[in-house]
Amino acid sequence: MSIDLKTIKHISKLSRISVDEQKAEKLAGDLNSIFDFIEKLNELKTDNVEPLTSVAETTLKLRSDEVKSKNIREQIIKNSPQENEDYFVVPKVIE
Amino acid sequence: MSDITKQSLTELVENIKNKKLSSTDVTKAFIERSEKSKELNAYITEDFTSALDKAKKFDQKPNLDLKLPGIPMAVKDLFCTKDVKTTAGSKILNNFIPTYESTVTDNIWKEGAILLGKLNCDEFAMGSSNETSFFGNVQNPIDKDLVPGGSSGGSASAVAGQLTPITIGTDTGGSIRQPASFTGTVGLKPTYGSCSRYGIVAFASSLDQAGPMAQNVKDCALLQEVISNYDPKDSTSIDFKRNQYSKELTNNIKGKKIGIPKEYRVDGMPKEIEDLWQKGIQYVKDCGAETIDISLPHTSYALPTYYIVAPAEASSNLARYDGVKYGFRAKGENLIDMYEKTRSKGFGTEVQRRIMIGTYVLSSGYYDAYYLKAQKVRKLIKNDFDEAYKKVDAILTPSTPSSAFRIGEKTNDPVSMYLNDIFTVPVNLAGLPGISIPAGHDSKGYPLGLQIIGKAFDEQNILNIAFAMEEKINFKNKITDWWIK
Repeated sequence: MSIDLKTIKHISKLSRISVDEQKAEKLAGDLNSIFDFIEKLNELKTDNVEPLTSVAETTLKLRSDEVKSKNIREQIIKNSPQENEDYFVVPKVIE
Repeated sequence: MSDITKQSLTELVENIKNKKLSSTDVTKAFIERSEKSKELNAYITEDFTSALDKAKKFDQKPNLDLKLPGIPMAVKDLFCTKDVKTTAGSKILNNFIPTYESTVTDNIWKEGAILLGKLNCDEFAMGSSNETSFFGNVQNPIDKDLVPGGSSGGSASAVAGQLTPITIGTDTGGSIRQPASFTGTVGLKPTYGSCSRYGIVAFASSLDQAGPMAQNVKDCALLQEVISNYDPKDSTSIDFKRNQYSKELTNNIKGKKIGIPKEYRVDGMPKEIEDLWQKGIQYVKDCGAETIDISLPHTSYALPTYYIVAPAEASSNLARYDGVKYGFRAKGENLIDMYEKTRSKGFGTEVQRRIMIGTYVLSSGYYDAYYLKAQKVRKLIKNDFDEAYKKVDAILTPSTPSSAFRIGEKTNDPVSMYLNDIFTVPVNLAGLPGISIPAGHDSKGYPLGLQIIGKAFDEQNILNIAFAMEEKINFKNKITDWWIK
């Protein structure tokens, strides 16, 4: 299997990470060597194996939906790269 | 006392309780040594002024019933600390100030400890050498230009270099045990669900665990006792009866059955590692334990499985870094362009590589072939351990396939870097506890570690085995203070 530049561009779109030509070529090389290594899993027959999604064999507990942290709006907004009073600011979305 | 920083945590606690030392004495000593140790680059954020204030406050009204009374401690910068910058070693979080405290650090402060600062680590804990940190690589106190291992490299360097009496790291595929092995220190990765993940910057949520890194096994047991609790704020935290690990610690391991897995004898493993393993086998026998040859047949599939599961979870966890709510933002022509440039400039190479792998294995058409396949193999790996634990109480292996390597030696070859975690990754995949203890030196004088893997929730047992072995090994770390001018 080989990951080509077109695939890299596609993954970069899905990941929301911009990639220029030079970086795409480097990534293609790296990913191909990593996937060569991963291909080893195909040696195993796993048709009748249950997938393991979590090692913690517990059922999720429910809790009441209560607000625990209060009056932290200002601190939270302060971490934003761009804010306007009580709002996060992003580049214009609607023309 | 001029040798404060040479004391173990247990000794410091005793000396503070007996009023031979004050918290201010101890805190000052570690701050002074940390300030002389900038070349190690172990810290990302120093919080020394505030630490000294807290120590003075502690001394005015000392509560000596606490487990860590007035003990200063630096922690890995992956734990959110309220009002103290938390970066995860990344540019994308380089100005993030959490509004909340992680449960694990909260447990530590509640027992009287004082934050010294935040320690360097690989970016988002993705790395085995601390070279992926946005804040630069960390020096190993063992030798100049030697990596301390990773991802908890700053933590390992700080404990080995005596910049902090003890610390905490996180371990997703070996990030506590491998750096412990590279720096001649003790590192415990607890059972999945033992320590809360609340407030730890997430990497791979089904694998991440916090754990102690210490100079000796007893210190490690004490800190584990403090940090492990059931926490409703972590949905995978497990409610089980936790031991008083340090109080129940014993070197009596007579009759314990210890498994030696033949699959850990990998191709190309240096003879020094094999010899060390044989010595370890002899030590546990000398302690009255019995060794039994076992098989973990799917061992060689653990790394390929890990490099699907961990990046897949990471790609999802790291989707939140979009330049909107916190952290770094790059300018973009529109919203999407802003996202793409922010993530391209804010994340380093290794993190981008793993997000890409994760996105690919989860993408339409590849999910079954990669992600589902990996989850199935993960089941087989866990079954191997379940089967082995019908016959043995614990498993003994080397911690790493080599001693610490030089800075820059493996940065251009991701796969060779990943191979470092060959003995530690299976433990995370199966959710088991594992401890690395220093067990000897190679011909270059660099430390080598042995790993003891336990049954789930059986931390006490592996701590006991480690404690018994530690006595026999009588390891002395060779720290020359080369970085102090």
